[in-house]
Amino acid sequence: MTRTRGINRMSHDEFQVHRAKILTPSFWVLLTLTLIGFALIAVRFIWGIGAVSNMNDGYPWGIWITYDVATGTAIACGGYAVAILVYIRNKMHYHPLIRSAVLTSLFGYGLAGLSVMVDVGRPWNAYNFFIPSQWQINSAMFEVALCVMAYTTVLAIEFLPAVLSRLQQTNWNSARAFLDKHHGRFGLDTEIILAKFEKLRQWALWVQPKLDKVLIFIIVLGITLPTMHQSSLGSLMLIASTKLHPLWHTGFLPLLFLINCLFIGYSIAILESIISSYAFKRPFESEQLTGLASITPYLTTIWLSVMVGDLIWRGQLGNALSLDFYSGFFLLEFGLVASGSIILLFRRNRQSMRWLFVTAVLIVLGGALYRFNVYLIGFNPGQGWRYFPSLAELMITVGIVAFEILAYKVLVKLFPVLPRLHGHEEPTAVKA
Amino acid sequence: MSMTGQLFGGSVSRRDFIKTCVAATAVMGLPFGLASKVAAAAQAPDRPPVIWLHFQECTGCSETLLRANHPTPATLLLDMISLDYHETLMAGSGHQAEKSLHDSMQANHGKYILIVEGAIPTKEHGIYCKVGGKTALESLRSAAAGAAAIISIGTCASFGGIQAAAPNPTGAVGVRDIIKDKPIINIPGCPPSPYNLLSTVLYYLTFKKLPELDQMGRPKFAYGRRIHEHCERRPHFDAGRFAKAYGHTTHAEGYCLYKLGCKGPATYANCSVQRFNDVGVWPVSVGHPCIGCTEPDIMFNMTIADKVQIHEPTPFDSYAPVDLREKGTGASPLTTGLLGLAAGAALGAGAMMARKLPDGEQSAEQTEEESHGRKE
Repeated sequence: MTRTRGINRMSHDEFQVHRAKILTPSFWVLLTLTLIGFALIAVRFIWGIGAVSNMNDGYPWGIWITYDVATGTAIACGGYAVAILVYIRNKMHYHPLIRSAVLTSLFGYGLAGLSVMVDVGRPWNAYNFFIPSQWQINSAMFEVALCVMAYTTVLAIEFLPAVLSRLQQTNWNSARAFLDKHHGRFGLDTEIILAKFEKLRQWALWVQPKLDKVLIFIIVLGITLPTMHQSSLGSLMLIASTKLHPLWHTGFLPLLFLINCLFIGYSIAILESIISSYAFKRPFESEQLTGLASITPYLTTIWLSVMVGDLIWRGQLGNALSLDFYSGFFLLEFGLVASGSIILLFRRNRQSMRWLFVTAVLIVLGGALYRFNVYLIGFNPGQGWRYFPSLAELMITVGIVAFEILAYKVLVKLFPVLPRLHGHEEPTAVKA
Repeated sequence: MSMTGQLFGGSVSRRDFIKTCVAATAVMGLPFGLASKVAAAAQAPDRPPVIWLHFQECTGCSETLLRANHPTPATLLLDMISLDYHETLMAGSGHQAEKSLHDSMQANHGKYILIVEGAIPTKEHGIYCKVGGKTALESLRSAAAGAAAIISIGTCASFGGIQAAAPNPTGAVGVRDIIKDKPIINIPGCPPSPYNLLSTVLYYLTFKKLPELDQMGRPKFAYGRRIHEHCERRPHFDAGRFAKAYGHTTHAEGYCLYKLGCKGPATYANCSVQRFNDVGVWPVSVGHPCIGCTEPDIMFNMTIADKVQIHEPTPFDSYAPVDLREKGTGASPLTTGLLGLAAGAALGAGAMMARKLPDGEQSAEQTEEESHGRKE
């Protein structure tokens, strides 16, 4: 099929379905973790939040907000970071990376929203969010909620071309086989259903060019929304001036969170690409990854400079080097990001898959630890309150993360998400 | 005490003396028991010499000290120091006054306290303010050279005040912008509470050191908190009841003055606690919003009706720690154990993977060969 306009006009050349077995052993492991997590979510909704969580009046935000929302959305910023690169800086040769980045972002954000619903004390009041007259438009939390919801929708639309092109190409073999096998049972009529599938295919053919026309606006939204709410995630903690340790409580929190999500975004795009190339036994996207890795040191340098400058300005540098509990975590976070960046400054390291992997891990860990420090570790409500997530609470987070990976693994085998391999035959086809 | 005594501060009864010392001790935030130490210091025979200079100002700071309804603070202050030079208070004038200034500076070099009232013009070599043929700039520099410490009384001496407001035609600045090598205590306010000066001097006499200062050089005991924190109208603020206009019912009801431009939420001073005129009044108590006179960035830089940005709208929700028991559930061995195992496994897997990943520059063919190799 040829399309003459639209951003994804090259998509057939750029992306391909990864043809491999879906029901692998890791699939079953991830599925088990997912089911445990979701069973515990059910427990939370039946017996209440105290049944699964260690959260208390001193720490009303626990691991769910700290990891799933504050850190998870940063880790899900791969889509945002790559979109800036491709559409704002017009570096189209990174385009092959975008679909997998958007897909992980979609899960990251969608499940952050789910985590909030698990976390809020009175979820039955959540419907108020959809009633504009009930909005508290001065609230940073409201902005975060609105942006997360809007961005999830935007990401879903950004991912839609992958689904549509798959719908157009499929010949419903598996469905046909399934229906033939169960012919006559459940009152299913193969022909009628196949006709409906055909209609779906026609619809996909009809809607795709229209979607292509508006997609650029959706993409612009997709770049605006994270810029807004990633800084708001920092603003959220501005109010906790007496509870958040002075090492982290600063008026620059919004800026630091914004830069932080960008370098985490690029690093996670590198990690994700290396890991999926490795796990799916595909060649590495060496050229693009080297390019991405040359961006992160700039961002981390700005970030670290703002951080240190701010500490000096507020007279907290001595505090940062005092080697107490808080200073230890600060130095760890600082050291992880700084060491990752320093290694990346060398051209040779940027071209080595091993060092790209190691540095991306260091930077993601350091950046994520920063968010943990701001939301949990550096947070002390005083009066003897303490908090450590309970096992059930952790398992819900683990379940959500497992679901993310599981769905990614399945979807890349169903839809054209991964970059097309050039110059040689596709990896051994098993079954879509 | 007779009327004359009250007006001119002739004598202070023992009772008034002790009351004022206790008040000054309280202003400093010191324990009650220290009041006797403060009182002893106030009576000590070795009176520190003080030189008081006036530059671009209205003498309001001196006035507020002298014209308090109960003259005790002024009397006490003037009794416990040796005020060698004060242009508006001293009897002498002309060459006689200049001589006493000169003599005191020489005799007490390195020991006297210099109190400065008013801003210092710097434009065109400071010709806009001259006393005895010397510019304010020259007077300040020569007086500061022999001072043990400098107290800038009032917003003008501290930060430049109204003279320094845009367009600042005389290039007026505060003392701290000119003198860099002496300890400077700023007691801003327009005018500042006389108790803040009294307490600062008493603190110095009692403990022989300067009180703890904030970043703007103000004693923390007096300027450590926003007036908003102890305002009697604070409950109205927290409840969202605001005076809508001067003379409006909401104003008459005594509601919060924030929407009329009260700068209390951004102004560090003890006005809401110490108050003025020894009868417990202050601007907010009589229905006028705070104008932020102790802050360099507020008074003369914002109009009275402008509202300040409030960064912490909710009340400070932490109370004195009565119950210090551990609350909430901490880490359980099972959780931390499993977490440790998971983290270790992840680290190990990461390290193994890093080992297997190719090091060094990759050509496309190599990569493909390796990926094919791994497939087999």
